[in-house]
Amino acid sequence: MNLLARFRKREEAVDPYGTPGTGRSTLISVTTIAAILAAWWLVTQLELIRPLFLPSPELVIAKFLKISCFDHYWQSGAAALGLVDEVVAECEGFSENALHQHVLWSLYRVFSAFLLAVVTAVPIGITMGMNRYARGVFDPPIEFYRPIPPLAYLPLTIIWFGIGDFGKIFLIYLACFAPLAISARSGVRSCSIEQIHAAYSMGATQGQIVRQVVMKAALPEILTGMRISIAFGWTTLVAAEMVAAKAGIGVMVLNAARFLATDIVFLGIVVIGLIAFFFDSLMRWVERSLVPWKGKM
Amino acid sequence: MTAVLRLNEISVVFPSLVGGGNLTALDRVSLDFGPEEFVVALGASGCGKSTLLNVMAGFIKPTSGDITLHDEPVTGPGKDRGVVFQRHALLPWLNVIDNVAFGLKLQGVGESERRAVAQENLELVGLSEFHAHPVYQLSGGMQQRVGLARALTSNPEILLMDEPLGALDAFTRENMQELILDVWRRTRKIVFFITHSVEEALFMATKLIVMSPRPGRIAREYDLEFSARYSELGNARAIKSDHEFIAVREEVLSLIHGEQAGGTEATDP
Repeated sequence: MNLLARFRKREEAVDPYGTPGTGRSTLISVTTIAAILAAWWLVTQLELIRPLFLPSPELVIAKFLKISCFDHYWQSGAAALGLVDEVVAECEGFSENALHQHVLWSLYRVFSAFLLAVVTAVPIGITMGMNRYARGVFDPPIEFYRPIPPLAYLPLTIIWFGIGDFGKIFLIYLACFAPLAISARSGVRSCSIEQIHAAYSMGATQGQIVRQVVMKAALPEILTGMRISIAFGWTTLVAAEMVAAKAGIGVMVLNAARFLATDIVFLGIVVIGLIAFFFDSLMRWVERSLVPWKGKM
Repeated sequence: MTAVLRLNEISVVFPSLVGGGNLTALDRVSLDFGPEEFVVALGASGCGKSTLLNVMAGFIKPTSGDITLHDEPVTGPGKDRGVVFQRHALLPWLNVIDNVAFGLKLQGVGESERRAVAQENLELVGLSEFHAHPVYQLSGGMQQRVGLARALTSNPEILLMDEPLGALDAFTRENMQELILDVWRRTRKIVFFITHSVEEALFMATKLIVMSPRPGRIAREYDLEFSARYSELGNARAIKSDHEFIAVREEVLSLIHGEQAGGTEATDP
């Protein structure tokens, strides 16, 4: 119970009386996750719900081992080391691809769209914040398309760009672009007029003000925008992979749904959730190390 | 004594926020700054002190009148006029020394050279040990000292200080007053200093201008020598409790209160 005692102590050490929502919540979150998993296991174990509606954890794990070709790669590895003579297990996968191929295809689509959005939306957003002409030009189209569900303009991207990968990446790109441009634009406002005036009275040029003051001050909001933006990317993934995709987590989930393979649907959801969670944790770590001053001045 | 910075009949008119009228923030203000002068502007809120400073810094273009530095017209901000703000002006992504060296970085001075100059100025304000600290971990008084060191690093001819001590507690404030006078005595810059505090103004100024609001004007100018006396004697409390100091303080206070009373009468229809 040493851990619990430490947890309590840290909770006491924080903010003054009356500060809303003080204390750490990690242990509570871990408990919640454990409780959900336990309830899932218990409900399926007691056969309260049919596996078609809620497959048991064992079933999902078994599907994971099968689709990821776990045995196949395990034996291949062992054979390479000379531990076994031949590879007996075959790689079945699902929809003609092993799990890692689905994952890599989806990662490729989401991250190329995301990176494309970062290199375009951030400069555009900053220009919008700095210049009224740029704001006047970009604001109407962005605000117009932003609330439209990607499924609504999916047919358009297919008609325009065909069924290749470009159309799919473009769809995800659009979803990533708007939140990032908006956060970069509002990030421009994070620097105080005193900071700008101080830089001017030290002889700064306008370009130096933008690069060395405005963009630095906007960094926390841009990083937050990146986190929101990649989440939009993942939510658009399944829509992007609806038409004529051979591999991808979205394809996997959609095909599984067609065969009522609920366990594979579950697996796909969990995989997307885990990847998104790990990337978000990574971004939070980047945030802590890149902008430790966030909200402190 | 020739004036270095000269304000000639400066007026600043803002469009009023309520109604359609205009607000005259400064009304034909003329003021000369000679070498090594420590000019303090004192007055109630809304008397145009900050507007005056912003005109001098080049952040506001006067509606009429002209401002010259060595007979050259001032058209915008420049590194010959360093500014120290009340707060929120440091860059939190840079540590103490890089904040102080920021002006030289903007001018393309190499890293080792600009750090050396910054270190000298940090010593001048007594913060040399804190050079590697993040600025957001410093107290308010220390942050203001970083702001002062930063303004000095660009080696401006004139230091413009916009209520630099306004956000500090009383004890820190008195220490900072003495520190700023020491820095001024050593660097011999022209200083324009804004404050709300009568005692602070009298203690620091070689020239005090008392301003009156609506429209912003200079009500009265005083030539003072309490700061020179402090430089000789080094005892701030003795000067501030001197009967001569108290006499001038009461005079200035009644002037300001009289102006305020006059001001309210004037606005009545």
